[in-house]
Amino acid sequence: MSLRLKGFAGSGTFPRGVHPPERKHFSNDAPIEPLPIPEKVLLPLQQHIGAPCKPLVEPKQLVSYGELVGKSEKLISATLHAPVAGRIQKMAVTTLPNGRHMQAISIKVEGDQLEGDALMEDIFGGDWPTDIADRYDPLDITGAIAEAGIVGLGGAAFPTHVKIVPNTMKPVDTLLVNGCECEPYLTADDRLMREAPRPIVSGALLAARSINAKTIIISVESNKAEAIEAIRRAAAGTGIKIAVLTTKYPQGSERHLIKAVLNRIMPLGGLPADVGVVVNNTATMAAVARAVIKGKPMTHRVVCVTGAGIAHPKNLLVPIGASYRHLIDHCGGLTSDIARIISGGPMMGFAFTDLSMPITKGTGGVTLLTHEDVKHSNETTCIRCGRCVDVCPMHLVPAKLAQAAKFRNIALAEKYNIAGCMESGCCAYICPANIPLVQLIRMGKAMVAADKKNT
Amino acid sequence: MTTTERKEHHGGPVTEDLVIVGHSPHISSNILTTRRMMLDVMISLLPVIAMALYAFRWHAAKQMLICVVVCLSAEALFVRLRNKPFSLSDGSAAITGFILGLSLPATAPAFVGVIASLVAIGIGKIIFGGLGMNIFNPAMVGRAFVMIAFAGFMAASGYEDAGLMVDAISKATPLNAFKQMGVVTPIPDLFWGLTNGCPGEISALACWAGGIYLCLRRTASWEIPAGMIFTAGLLGGLTDLISPSPVGWTVIHHLLSGAMLFGAFFIATDPVTSPLSPIGKFIFGAGVGAFTMLLRFFSGYPEGVMFAVLLMNAVTPLINSWTIPKTMGET
Repeated sequence: MSLRLKGFAGSGTFPRGVHPPERKHFSNDAPIEPLPIPEKVLLPLQQHIGAPCKPLVEPKQLVSYGELVGKSEKLISATLHAPVAGRIQKMAVTTLPNGRHMQAISIKVEGDQLEGDALMEDIFGGDWPTDIADRYDPLDITGAIAEAGIVGLGGAAFPTHVKIVPNTMKPVDTLLVNGCECEPYLTADDRLMREAPRPIVSGALLAARSINAKTIIISVESNKAEAIEAIRRAAAGTGIKIAVLTTKYPQGSERHLIKAVLNRIMPLGGLPADVGVVVNNTATMAAVARAVIKGKPMTHRVVCVTGAGIAHPKNLLVPIGASYRHLIDHCGGLTSDIARIISGGPMMGFAFTDLSMPITKGTGGVTLLTHEDVKHSNETTCIRCGRCVDVCPMHLVPAKLAQAAKFRNIALAEKYNIAGCMESGCCAYICPANIPLVQLIRMGKAMVAADKKNT
Repeated sequence: MTTTERKEHHGGPVTEDLVIVGHSPHISSNILTTRRMMLDVMISLLPVIAMALYAFRWHAAKQMLICVVVCLSAEALFVRLRNKPFSLSDGSAAITGFILGLSLPATAPAFVGVIASLVAIGIGKIIFGGLGMNIFNPAMVGRAFVMIAFAGFMAASGYEDAGLMVDAISKATPLNAFKQMGVVTPIPDLFWGLTNGCPGEISALACWAGGIYLCLRRTASWEIPAGMIFTAGLLGGLTDLISPSPVGWTVIHHLLSGAMLFGAFFIATDPVTSPLSPIGKFIFGAGVGAFTMLLRFFSGYPEGVMFAVLLMNAVTPLINSWTIPKTMGET
C-alpha cells in the first residue's frame, strides 16, 4: 500500500526494504493478560547496552515487589528491581539468546504477590493525565527514569535516561514515538497501543518536556488500524501528531523512521540527536509515564508469544526474569511441528534452544516457527541478479560484501562499506539463491574488526 | 530441493529438543528462486519460440534442438571433467541453448550449432568456473565464435534459402536489405515478425510480450532494456534529424529490426554478466544500445547487438566499481 503522508516532511516510507507476510493474526486479537507468577525469576545483571549492574542484595535476603536489587555507578547502565516479592538465592550464571553469558540475581518467589487483575491495574490502571508535564522539572523526569531502570523496550535496550535528558549540545526539536513494530508476527506494541494508549501519551508528553522537543509524533504502521484509532483518541487535544506509515520492513529502524516521517537523514554512525530527533518505543513511553507519575520501577513488560509453533498465541504481561519455558507452558506448549524458537521476530531475532533462559527488558516477543515456516530451497551460486541491492535499506551491495567475506578480502569489504550494514536481513530474505548473506557479512565485519585491531 | 534437516516428533510431550537453531533472518521469500528465475526465462521465451516455429518451421525447431541438446551435453561433460557437482538442474545450460538456437540463422548447417554450443558452454562458461562466474554472456561467446569462423553461413547469405516454403525467409534480413540495397522493410512486417533474420529476433511483438513478463517478474531488471532502447532511440532519432536516410529508414525501423529487442530483453539481461546496482544496469543497457547503433552505422556488419553485449560484459566489473551506491547516511 502506498500512501502520501500529509502534514509531515517525510513521505511515510523509505526507499527499498521488503514486505514479508505480516502474520500478525496469530496474536493480534489476544488481549494482554498477566502471566501467572513463576516460582522464581532470574535477573541478568546486564540486560541493557552499557555497564553491568552490581548486585545490592545478599543470598537469603527477602526483597519486596519493586525493591532495588542492582545498580551501577556508570552513566550508561540501568538499575534492576525485583519484579516479585521473594528471597534472594545464590548468584546464578545464565546465557541470553543473543549469546551473552553473565551473572544473574535469582529470586525465589515468597510471600504475598501482586497478581492477576490487581497487577494489571498496578501497571496500566489509574489516572494518566495529559496536562501535568509542565509541573515536572526536565531533570527530575530524567532522574525518575534512571531510578526506574528503564531501557529502550523496542529491542536495543539502550538506557532511556541517557536519551531523555535536556541536551544542550545537540538541541532536539522532535520526539518520535516508535509504534511501527515492523517485524512480522510480533504484536506486543500493537496490543499495548490498543489497550493502554493513555500511559503512552502521558509518557510522550513527559519525555518531550525533558528533552524540550516542540513536536511530538507517534508513528504507527498502516496495518494497525485499531491501535491508530486508540492513540488518536488518547492524544486528542494534546497537540501530539500521529503519523500513519507504509507497512514495510524495517520501518521501525530509527534511521528509516526518521527518513519516513521527517525526511531527515541520520549520518552513518551518528545518533538521532544529530538531526534533532529523539526516538523512543511506545512501551518505553508507557514505562516512563509510570516511573515519573507513579514512581514505579520497570518490573514488567508485555511479551508476545506467537507463531504456528505454539498452541495458544498470547500477549502476556511478564515479570522480567521469568523463564521462556514458563511463558511457553502458559501458552499451551509447543506444537509437534516446531522447528525454531526465536527471541524477537523472524527477521532479526535470535534462535535458541535453552528454555530456562530468562525474559529480559529488551524481549518484545517469542516467535515459534514450524518446519513449513523455515523451509527454504538449497543454497545455489550467486548469479549476481542484484535483488539484494534492490532491497537493502542501507543502500549497500550485499552480494559484494558476502563475496568479500567469503574470500577474506578486507579491502573489498571496506570499499563496499561493510560497517554500514545494520543486519536487517532484507538481502537474505529476498535472495533467489538462498545465500546466507547476513551470516557472511557478520563474518566479514568480524574479519575487518580483527584486521583493524592488528594494525 | 528443500532443506532436509528435521527432527521428527515420535509421541510424548513436545519439547525443545525438536528445535534446530539457525541465523536470522529465519524466514525467506519464495517468490524468486534461482530455479524459478530460469523457469521464468523459459516462459518468457514461449512467444518468441512460437513465432520462430511459425516462420521457419522445422528449420527453427532443428536449430534449437541441436543447441539445447549440445549445450546440456557439454555442460554435463565439462562439469564432470572438472569433478564439480551435477549442474544441469539449475536450467541455465538449457537457457543458453535456447537463446543460442534462437540467435543463429535457422538454415545454418547443423555443425555450426554444435560448435557454437560447445564454445558457449566450454569457453563461455565452464572455463570461468560455471554459472555465476563467467564474465561474458555464454550464448554470445558461442555465436561470436561461429560468426567469425563460419562467416559464410552466418552473414547475409546464410539467411537466404530459396528452397524454403515460407516466403519471408527467402529474402534478405531487413538490416541486410537496407545496408546493401537500401530496401526498407515496412514497419508492420517488423512488428509482427514477417521478415527474415535469426529465429528469435524477427517479431518485435513476441519480444515485447516475453520481455514485459520477465521485467514484471523482476527476473530481468527493467533498467537494462530501458537503457538500451532509450539510448538506441536517442542516437537513431538524432541521426534522423541530422542526416535522414534517403530511403526512409527511421529510428523506428532501427528499434524494431534485427536483434535490438531480442537482445534488450533476453540477452543483455543475463544477470551474471550485467552490473549489480540499478544505476549500473541502466548504464550497461545504455552502453549496449550505443555500441549497437555505432556498429550498425559504421561497421561492416549490418547488426551490432552481439558485439555490443560482449563489449559491455567486459566493462561490467568497471561499471560495478563506478556505481557503488552511497550508503544511507554516508556523507
